[in-house]
Amino acid sequence: MAISIKVVLHFPRHLMNQPIIYHLARHYDVEFNILKASITPQEEGVLVMELKGEQKDYEGGIKYLTDSGVEVHPLSRNVARDEDKCTHCGVCVAVCPVGALILDPATRRVDFCESKCIACELCIKACPPRAMKVCL
Amino acid sequence: MLKTIVEINERIQKGEAVVVTAEEVIDIAEKNGITRATQEIDVVTTATFGPMCSSGAYFNIGQAKPRIKFGGSTIYLNDVPAYAGWAAADLYLGATAIPDHDPRNKVYPGEFIYGGGHVIEDLLEGKDVRLVASAYGTDCYPKRKLETWVNLDDFNQAVLFNVRNASQNYNVAVNSSNRIIYTYMGMLKPNLGNATYSSAGQLSPLLNDPYYKTIGIGTRIFLGGGIGYVTWQGTQHNPDVLRSEDGVPRGCGGTLAVIGDLKQMSSRWLRGTSFLGYGCNMMVGIGIPIPILSEEMLRYTMVKDADIVAPVVDYSDAYPQRKSDILGEVSYAELKSGKIVLREKEVPTASLSSYYKAVEIAHTLKRWIQKGEFLLTEPVAPLPGIESGIILKPLEERPAGVSIAKNGSIYRRRE
Repeated sequence: MAISIKVVLHFPRHLMNQPIIYHLARHYDVEFNILKASITPQEEGVLVMELKGEQKDYEGGIKYLTDSGVEVHPLSRNVARDEDKCTHCGVCVAVCPVGALILDPATRRVDFCESKCIACELCIKACPPRAMKVCL
Repeated sequence: MLKTIVEINERIQKGEAVVVTAEEVIDIAEKNGITRATQEIDVVTTATFGPMCSSGAYFNIGQAKPRIKFGGSTIYLNDVPAYAGWAAADLYLGATAIPDHDPRNKVYPGEFIYGGGHVIEDLLEGKDVRLVASAYGTDCYPKRKLETWVNLDDFNQAVLFNVRNASQNYNVAVNSSNRIIYTYMGMLKPNLGNATYSSAGQLSPLLNDPYYKTIGIGTRIFLGGGIGYVTWQGTQHNPDVLRSEDGVPRGCGGTLAVIGDLKQMSSRWLRGTSFLGYGCNMMVGIGIPIPILSEEMLRYTMVKDADIVAPVVDYSDAYPQRKSDILGEVSYAELKSGKIVLREKEVPTASLSSYYKAVEIAHTLKRWIQKGEFLLTEPVAPLPGIESGIILKPLEERPAGVSIAKNGSIYRRRE
């Protein structure tokens, strides 16, 4: 049975120069479509992609990724903001690699655009009052 | 034309006082002119909301039965160590204290999820916290072990007492090295990848009263959502700082020590924070009214972001190594635009203090004064100014391995 699933992949620093996606495509017969990709300041990679293929190929591919040291999360895992905790200081703005957290120059409020967020989770530890949370 | 604080307070009590924020005063004075604006405006409210490390609270808890002596004991609130070197039932909890079991930076960068500031925030939210004390026992205080839940209501006194807050101005932090660094100014990306700053700029209290002409010891203030007072100059108070022509400091400058009843305060305005790879801290909200006693005071409050500059400091080298070199100066108008230019490179900026919250505090204080709920105070004594000759001293280490101190005394360690 063919399936299509969107996943978020976190590549630790030591895997950054490995041809992981090449092996995934070559050996597991899964079609992939990269939706978003970025390299964080810690030189880790975050890749959001859609994987299509037979269930067994998909599972094999995910196992290969996990065994290689790549962290895999379904895209349904998203980041949310605790509005009571957020102080709108703006620390997260410089950390967010995709511009999902933006300081409104008029109100000086930090706006969180969830549709832009790739759930890289960088803002979570950078936020001083820890207002950003992962929702499962 | 000169006004007095007594006259302004009479107007506040009659509900007639004209109060504007330090942001609003800029346009009003530019439009109406300084003379007219001075006649019209009674009070300008200033504010800041940002991480302020030298903060904390002291508490007194009623005696247990049998009695226990905290003095000389070890004491924890939710595993965060508190200072107990006082009488039997008093303790002080600092905002940056962290549990003994916190891994700190052993796993780098450490997360510092919970510390003294978070305990204070939990207490303000009405939560129970676990108080654990281990004492040595005396004839009059026989109890040696205490483990109990306590909340803010259980304390006889709970007092926020911060020894260094509301820094007059502050550094802009950058990182010129080739690796990411984690500092109290947040995460700094390599090769001048970002710049962080921490000041409310034109809204900040001491930038609107650069020579401490109205803010002094005894000044009544908004503190953490309640009413507090300036108790003293803050630690590292440095009136000798380099200043612009209008008197505005171009570096850290003055600071305030402040006090207030914690039970009146709110977690909206006191917030525990975690700085990755650095430690725990607390964000503190402060608002200070400035009486417009003269044209001179009005002129000070007209200061705007474009006129206030801050030094750009390299936190990968100059700051840790205590070197005085800076990469240049930038204005708060530039910082707030989202990017500054350093070494011909565009560097994105981020703020650690919340201007949004500072504006909210300035408006809250304005409302309190307009409603007649908050009267201004005459300082009991001024803060030390330039004339005081106070100079900020660095530490010149005198290795303590040498047993004879400068005054000739001999220090012997008891083995």
